[in-house]
Amino acid sequence: MPFGQAPADGPLLSIRNLRKSFGTNLVLDEVSLDVDRGDCVVLIGASGSGKSTLLRCVNLLEVVDDGVITLDGVDVTDPRVDADRVRSRVGIVFQAFNLFPHLSVLANVTLSPVKVHGLPRAEAERRALAMLDRVGLSDKAAARPDELSGGQQQRVAIARALVNSPVLMLLDEVTSALDPELVGEVLSLLRELKDEGMTMLIATHEMGFARQVADTVCFLDGGRLLEVGPPAQLLADPQQPRTRQFLARIIEAGRL
Amino acid sequence: MARAPRPSTPAAPSASSVPAAGGGWQPSELQRQRLAYRRGRAVRSAVTAVLSTLVLLAVLIGAVTSSPGWPRVRETFFSWDKAKDSFPEVAAGLWLNIRVMLICAVVVVLLGLALAILRTLRGPVFFPLRMFAAAYTDLFRGLPLILVLLLLGFGVPALSLAGVSFQPVVVYGGAALVLTYSAYVAEVFRAGIESVHPSQRAAARSLGLSNAQALRYVVLPQAIRRVVPPLLNDFVSLQKDSGLISILGVIDAIRAAQISTATDFNYTPYIVAGFLFVCLTIPLTRLTDWVARRQGWYGTGGGAV
Ligand SMILES: Nc1ncnc2c1ncn2[C@@H]1O[C@H](COP(=O)(O)OP(=O)(O)O)[C@@H](O)[C@H]1O
Ligand SMILES: [Mg+2]
Repeated sequence: MPFGQAPADGPLLSIRNLRKSFGTNLVLDEVSLDVDRGDCVVLIGASGSGKSTLLRCVNLLEVVDDGVITLDGVDVTDPRVDADRVRSRVGIVFQAFNLFPHLSVLANVTLSPVKVHGLPRAEAERRALAMLDRVGLSDKAAARPDELSGGQQQRVAIARALVNSPVLMLLDEVTSALDPELVGEVLSLLRELKDEGMTMLIATHEMGFARQVADTVCFLDGGRLLEVGPPAQLLADPQQPRTRQFLARIIEAGRL
Repeated sequence: MARAPRPSTPAAPSASSVPAAGGGWQPSELQRQRLAYRRGRAVRSAVTAVLSTLVLLAVLIGAVTSSPGWPRVRETFFSWDKAKDSFPEVAAGLWLNIRVMLICAVVVVLLGLALAILRTLRGPVFFPLRMFAAAYTDLFRGLPLILVLLLLGFGVPALSLAGVSFQPVVVYGGAALVLTYSAYVAEVFRAGIESVHPSQRAAARSLGLSNAQALRYVVLPQAIRRVVPPLLNDFVSLQKDSGLISILGVIDAIRAAQISTATDFNYTPYIVAGFLFVCLTIPLTRLTDWVARRQGWYGTGGGAV
């Protein structure tokens, strides 16, 4: 199923001079980044470097201090923009799944189509079941989130984000809370999404995944975008000393 | 797998929990000895508990009934004839308490929930509403219930305001209960709403749900389930306090008992009323315990939402 392939010029997502601080803590400092249609851009960087905040800004879960974010040619940082409309076109998946524990798996996936997009329940359920099938969980539709393994919960969260046919998917360390043997099932799902043409912006520590799937890798350090490049170059031959340090630590931890 | 096991009351190791020897398994000699030992201990514990209870009761009853004042106490507080005599009136009064309690409980829940939601509203437009809800809860949580009862029950009718038609006193009593208890219940609901992790709201918003939709479909359903045990506790309390409307002259269980005592200074009717109130609250208290134990939220799986 093709995602967001409407031919148009310019990058799908364009971030210019983005600034964000919490109190006196400057978390994003003049970040500029483009994501082209169908591209997979991976954000790497130490914990606290601002990856989550960047994703949350794109999804308008945070109000930016300065800078411009354009999605599909529309300035979404304009305060007059309908944030709910923007969010319903951008899917986000969190590290901690954040499924709704009081709803069944199916109800988790149909909530937004029914309540936000006004789909009739039958149609929403048909789509939701198709999407659950897509992530390999159609047999779990009636289950509660807490009856699923972590990997299954994360796949439900991805289905829940995909059911709205978003033009852009934001994935925030979606495998970090998973046991190692469950990481693979989620990463292979992301790989398939990429092959189907989904545009994705992914924060991750899975360097192997980044090397195989990413079109571009960005290294965030203390809120600044220190280095951007194709994975083969950035991961193998980083130009910045900070990037080299970070990658050396990751290699030590056995993740590359 | 990262999941924690479901919290459930662990089955106490008991002789009956031995699995049926289906797969040809027979407990070993050692295990049979252990089971016999445990069974023996269990029987001994039960016998000890029964015996010590009986001994204690016998000592207490003996001490009370052999005390010099006991015949008079029994006559004044535990007269069987007087109890039978006053029972119909007291029970009829109790029926009024029950109705007041039920109606008030419904109004209290609705009003309390509304107040709690008002307090969670963000944005400058809602500032006056937030302030109103905060002032309301502060005021009526601080005022003694009996003061509210007196003010409403005696004060308002005395005003004989134009346009305020005469209401039976019980309505003022109920209103006083509602004012006070909705302030408590609003705080319970607010605590429940705040206990839902912000990431749940963020997840809802990220799917395009508006603030109100996130509250309605994601936050409130979780909040309400969490506060069911403390809410039931407040209803036990409301049930008892429904007896306070008797000070306004409403003929409820307590007032009926009072009238009955007035003729001969025999206080047995109070004991009857007290007994009936306890009989009412015990089931509700047990229900509260049961819900609280069963809850643990994640243990509630199953059941339609
Ligand atoms: N809601 C918040 N309030 C205050 N500080 C925050 C908040 N969210 C994130 N931060 C701070 O912003 C910095 C970047 O955090 P984050 O974007 O989560 O980093 P990463 O996802 O790369 O680990 C950290 O110093 C963190 O403490
Ligand atoms: Mg993060």
